[in-house]
Amino acid sequence: MNMPNMPLDSTGTWRPVGLVAMREITTRVSSKAFRILTAITAVIILAVIIVLHIISSGGPSVDDVGVTDAALGQPLAASASAVGLTVHTQPVSEADGKAQVQDGKLDALVALDDKGKLTIYFQKKVDSQLQSATNVLARQVALDEQITNLHGNPAAVDKAVASATPSVVTLIPQPQYNAQGIGIGIAAGALIYMTLLTLGQMVAQGVVEEKSSRVVELLLSTVRPWQLMAGKVLGIGAVGLIQVLIYGIIGLVAGAVTGVLPDISAAGSAVVGLIVWYILGFLLYSLAFAGAGALVSRQEDAAGVVTPILLFVIAAWVVGIVLVPTDPNNTIALVMSLIPMFAPTLMPMRIAMGVVPFWQYGLAVVLTIALIPALLWLSGRIYRNGVLRTGARVKLSEALKAA
Amino acid sequence: MAGGGTLRQGPRRGGNHKGMRHNMADSRLEIDALFKRYGDVVALRDMSFDVRAGELFGFVGSNGAGKTTTMRIALGVLSADSGECRWDGKPIDLDTRRHIGYMPEERGLYPKMKVGEQLVYLARLHGLGARAAHAATQEWLERLGVAARRDDDVLALSLGNQQRVQLAAALVHNPDILVLDEPFSGLDPVAVDVMSAVLREKCAQGVPAVFSSHQLDLVERLCDRVGIVRSGHMEACGSIDELRSTAADHLILITPADPSIWASELPGVTVVERAGERTTLRLDAGTDDQLVLRAALARGPVREFTRQRQSLTELFRNVVTDHTAAPEVAA
Repeated sequence: MNMPNMPLDSTGTWRPVGLVAMREITTRVSSKAFRILTAITAVIILAVIIVLHIISSGGPSVDDVGVTDAALGQPLAASASAVGLTVHTQPVSEADGKAQVQDGKLDALVALDDKGKLTIYFQKKVDSQLQSATNVLARQVALDEQITNLHGNPAAVDKAVASATPSVVTLIPQPQYNAQGIGIGIAAGALIYMTLLTLGQMVAQGVVEEKSSRVVELLLSTVRPWQLMAGKVLGIGAVGLIQVLIYGIIGLVAGAVTGVLPDISAAGSAVVGLIVWYILGFLLYSLAFAGAGALVSRQEDAAGVVTPILLFVIAAWVVGIVLVPTDPNNTIALVMSLIPMFAPTLMPMRIAMGVVPFWQYGLAVVLTIALIPALLWLSGRIYRNGVLRTGARVKLSEALKAA
Repeated sequence: MAGGGTLRQGPRRGGNHKGMRHNMADSRLEIDALFKRYGDVVALRDMSFDVRAGELFGFVGSNGAGKTTTMRIALGVLSADSGECRWDGKPIDLDTRRHIGYMPEERGLYPKMKVGEQLVYLARLHGLGARAAHAATQEWLERLGVAARRDDDVLALSLGNQQRVQLAAALVHNPDILVLDEPFSGLDPVAVDVMSAVLREKCAQGVPAVFSSHQLDLVERLCDRVGIVRSGHMEACGSIDELRSTAADHLILITPADPSIWASELPGVTVVERAGERTTLRLDAGTDDQLVLRAALARGPVREFTRQRQSLTELFRNVVTDHTAAPEVAA
């Protein structure tokens, strides 16, 4: 070596943390498994949105229906909309209409013969909604004819009949949560749950990998334990943030483009909430996972120390998926969403459903942020004491006690 | 090799060394009175020695004698119960440790990380800039003959090549101090030569190097000074010549007259064995062999007279067995 005196002393406290974090990011992001998993998740999100789009557009779809008598157009459209169908009518001759239905240019043809009888033609499949709309129309045609025969005014009768609908009152009002809120809530909860689960274990496995490969001894001869731990947590956390951002943006953009998310500003704030709670949740759990990983020396032993922490993540998700969609203000869900260990999964779900008052949101954030330094101290201590101990699993009490 | 007392400095180091090596006279790695116990087991008791700038120090001892414990304490991955490690007269802290090249006994690299990326990463952790780290990585991979494996995962390398990469990891940040735990174990003869050359070169640059080994012939050939450890304590420390001067030598005599009659009467001489005309005598340290030769010539012809220098292996055996009465502390 020809330059024995490099500027070694310019190493700040955070430089090693940054280097460790960068290594985590580059090795994870360049791994094939990671890329495939991220791509698959993104595709699933896209697929769900597209399926939702198809299902929802299947409801109020526009049918082109030919009518042999132009006067049928307006009453047919009205009775169709009563059964939730949008219909565009166009007057055609019966022969032309049949030909167009056969070619698929028209969805159906409604023909009125001179005896006042209605016939509906379909190509192959009978659209039962359109059929029932036509049934209503047929009765109305028959009724109008009878009224005319009795010298009455069919238009006035029709109007009176149309306005004769009962008012509906529920004595105990049940709040209706819109479908978008429920959907985003479940999606946000699922994303946070999955991310905490996979990234948390990634942190624990990363710590164990360094222990089992013994590289940690080499690393700790040049960086402090807290720097190594912080770098690992921040690096993997950044990888997760990239994932969450990808998922969030894909969901938002696809939702906006397809019209599945009609209220895009509400969806946008849900994504912001998702990111805030991902960061808080990840910091909280990754610290716990890093400390746990430092207790064991072999990957085979990792499950034993990681499972108790995973149970917290899973409990939050189970409560979230079972209780929140139908009743986001359920007492159990509400209380748990304020507790730091459960808040990262439950809060974004409840927020998306629009039921969280500001004080609850604030309290959950404050409690979670308050717990992080305490956990940092605790996990840092366990990590420092455990990470260089090889062989049998280190007892938690020993790791806390040792100097 | 120069004797243990000689302080090597100056000419071979060149004039471009500044910074932490400014004061060469003080540039010593000092291990001062380390004590360490694990429960009831005493791992180190009053372990002390020093390694001077440009000196190659061999650390020998049986398994469990405390070599690895000492090195781990020097690198800060283990804390001593008492005692101190110093460099340049100051206690070794994290900043100093960045200048140490360390090869742990338990080899450790990321198994699923590419060789080149791994070395660049380690160099940068030790404080090198990105460009310097890449240059140093390439240089050491080439010198150690593993440049072709640069883009392979460590896992895919043979044990011998992993060992070379491990050495590169200890050298890639151009350390000012080398602490190598068993650097020669698992190396093929070619790699042993490469490793020896690298160690000599680093020492020629003024780097103090301490390494442990069970290959005592290698230690004898390479090292300026040797420390023999037993049960966590430095039993003997100095150049091979110094160690020899305090130990008994063997003398081979081929003479028809049986020396067993007269030799035992000479002070410091004992007869070890006689086979035909060949007699082996043991000379205590400081005994004049010429006295023995004159006495032998006075009684008959002497066809052969050989003083056997003790090898490090014999010295080591003596140190270790001399104390068999002492309680065995560390397994």
